[in-house]
Amino acid sequence: MTRHEKRNLRVGLIFISPWLAGFILMSLYPLISSAYYSLTDYSVLSKPVYTGLDNYRALMSDELFWQSLWNTFYFAALSIPINLVAAILLAVLLNVDLPGKKIFRTVYFLPSLVPMVCLGVLWQWMLNGQMGLINQMLSPLCDVINAVLGTSVNPPNWLADPAYAKLGLVLASMWGVGNAVVIFLAGLQDVPRSLYEAAEIDGCGFWRKTIHVTLPIISPVIYFNGIMGLIGSFQVFAVPYVMTNGGEGPGRSLLFAATYVFNKGFQAWSMGYACAVALILFVIILVLTLLATYVAERHIYYAGK
Amino acid sequence: MPAPRVLIFGVLFVGIVVFGFWLGETADDQVGGDRIVIEYWEKWTGPERQAMADLVDEFNASQDRVYVKFLSVSSITRKLMLATAGGNPPDVAGIWAADLPVFSTNGALTPLNPYAERAGIEAGDYLPSVWAQLVVYDRLWALPTTPSANALHWNKRLFREAGLDPDKPPRTIAELEAYNDRITRFNDKGDIVVLGHLPTEPGWWNANWSFWFGGDVWNGEDAVTATGEANMAALDWIASYPERYGVGPLLGFRQLSGVFASPENPFFRGRVAMALQGPWMYNFIQNFAPEDFEWGVAPFPSLKAENYGTSLVECDCLVIPRGAKHPEEAFAFIAWLQEPAQMERLCLAQLKFSPLAQVSENFYARHPNPHIRVYRELAESPLARFRPQMLTFNEFSADMGSAIDDIMRGAESPEQAAEILQERQQGLFRRKYDNWQKVREERMKEWDQQ
Repeated sequence: MTRHEKRNLRVGLIFISPWLAGFILMSLYPLISSAYYSLTDYSVLSKPVYTGLDNYRALMSDELFWQSLWNTFYFAALSIPINLVAAILLAVLLNVDLPGKKIFRTVYFLPSLVPMVCLGVLWQWMLNGQMGLINQMLSPLCDVINAVLGTSVNPPNWLADPAYAKLGLVLASMWGVGNAVVIFLAGLQDVPRSLYEAAEIDGCGFWRKTIHVTLPIISPVIYFNGIMGLIGSFQVFAVPYVMTNGGEGPGRSLLFAATYVFNKGFQAWSMGYACAVALILFVIILVLTLLATYVAERHIYYAGK
Repeated sequence: MPAPRVLIFGVLFVGIVVFGFWLGETADDQVGGDRIVIEYWEKWTGPERQAMADLVDEFNASQDRVYVKFLSVSSITRKLMLATAGGNPPDVAGIWAADLPVFSTNGALTPLNPYAERAGIEAGDYLPSVWAQLVVYDRLWALPTTPSANALHWNKRLFREAGLDPDKPPRTIAELEAYNDRITRFNDKGDIVVLGHLPTEPGWWNANWSFWFGGDVWNGEDAVTATGEANMAALDWIASYPERYGVGPLLGFRQLSGVFASPENPFFRGRVAMALQGPWMYNFIQNFAPEDFEWGVAPFPSLKAENYGTSLVECDCLVIPRGAKHPEEAFAFIAWLQEPAQMERLCLAQLKFSPLAQVSENFYARHPNPHIRVYRELAESPLARFRPQMLTFNEFSADMGSAIDDIMRGAESPEQAAEILQERQQGLFRRKYDNWQKVREERMKEWDQQ
């Protein structure tokens, strides 16, 4: 390293030092210490007592832990694709040149500004089985179906029925889709017009242009939003926590891994155990992200490459 | 960057930091003189907070040695635990007696026995059902503020409409259910319009139903007894609801429950005729029930007649966290609040009964709640119970809530639910219990030295 390079490195380090200090203090240190605490019996107040792999052993036979993981995977598998598709569709629609385009863009983004807790309270009522707005909309539909087919279908008791609770939560989570839409919109504006013109000359319609031009070009954005969705849905906590009034939902259908970490750490004061759950969750997210990156690498188009 | 500008920014930065520390340091001294400032965290808000704030002002004016800084803090259990762990707790904190087992076991509190002895405060000054919950491991951890006892609250109009004597509440579970069947009404669509009673309305004491069935969910030492006779009887009783009224109609009914502290409350709206509730109901009925709302209070029915008069007594209390900077002064304030005049003022303002053994007649004469003596008598009764001092009671309680929900949805039989609950909770409890046994001796020694 030359003198000049050394100096550059020093200046660079000084410039990123606020971030570096924040990262080490607020992220790296807690991460490492939680890995250590996961090997202890720790109630926050008394000194941690080293217990080896005890917590992990207990976790293996902890039904609630497995259920919380299952719920988390279930929710992620449901919400990530639905949200991605919805975001892309909305972005494509909002990208069409129409009068009042800006108003539509604002309207679709607005719900993302609602704080999580308000969103939880709001959707608790929207999804109410008896007088929720969703069911008020669904019940005429059910009436028609029943009249035609002679069935007796009723709109579901969303948050009181384990079979529908997670679907209800997915519906609620779609309210936050605005952020992804904005990012997709930015991606869409980057698609070179010349490609569309070339496709048009080849006789492509709207859908074929979308599938063969737009989607490949915005694939890095899809990847980014996918990863963000993955991380977000594996950390889902606030909305179900509020929706169930701090509970776990009917039949524990809304007990997620993050909820379980919170309950164990701050209600049962079993911080060591909570750290073990958190660490497992961390490893799962890490592995899935690496997997997604590996799979995506072959399908993503980077203009710079 | 030229040197002078770096210098200016540097000086400015250091200045801001120093100013910040100076602000932090002086804030406590601004009360003036040589007074010792103690910090007091309390969970109450609204009128309940105001009642204590007035007493704090009076205490601060009554002498010039100690100054109490009063702070209303939400989610106090969690924040107190973390502040104590971080070594910077308040000097006094208002928590619930039900939290004392977990707090004391974790070494978060200062034992109060030596302070109480010096101040001449003893068990005989209080209701036995209140005092007993302040003592864990033979040590006193808190002194009470406002207690409560739960009881049957019933809507007299709905009794009359069902052809029942509005002044004769049920005394046994069998009577309760006979009343229930007479009051409950369905509409043409099969939805429940009025329900006599529903165990999950409000369902705040899900884990304690066994009290009214003559038992408990813990043996007091090393075992959870969720599959014991009393709890099984309680769960069978709960399972009789979906059997009689149908899973679907009950689910629909529960969806309409609404917010407790609002006119939506099913008890105030006349949708549920009988509910297990506490002395705070007077206040809520004043605020949210229709003006002509007629209600009565009596002991909650029990399975066997000899257990009639059972109630769950709960108590708000004041503790001195471990590591508090001024425990002596903190206790002086707590002891002052225990004097009859102050205690009666606080309980009157919060519409509770007094936890003290002796109560002035004037207290009842001035109390707006016409039923206040019913609660007090329940708390005086030898049948009065309090939450089991079980280390994992919070988890047990949450798990029991899930079990009851499963039973109400018809997803599990009471036996299945109880067995799953018993196995899981016994495992959880045993882990904590065994860990406690390892440090027990050492902890006791520490407490004796404090």
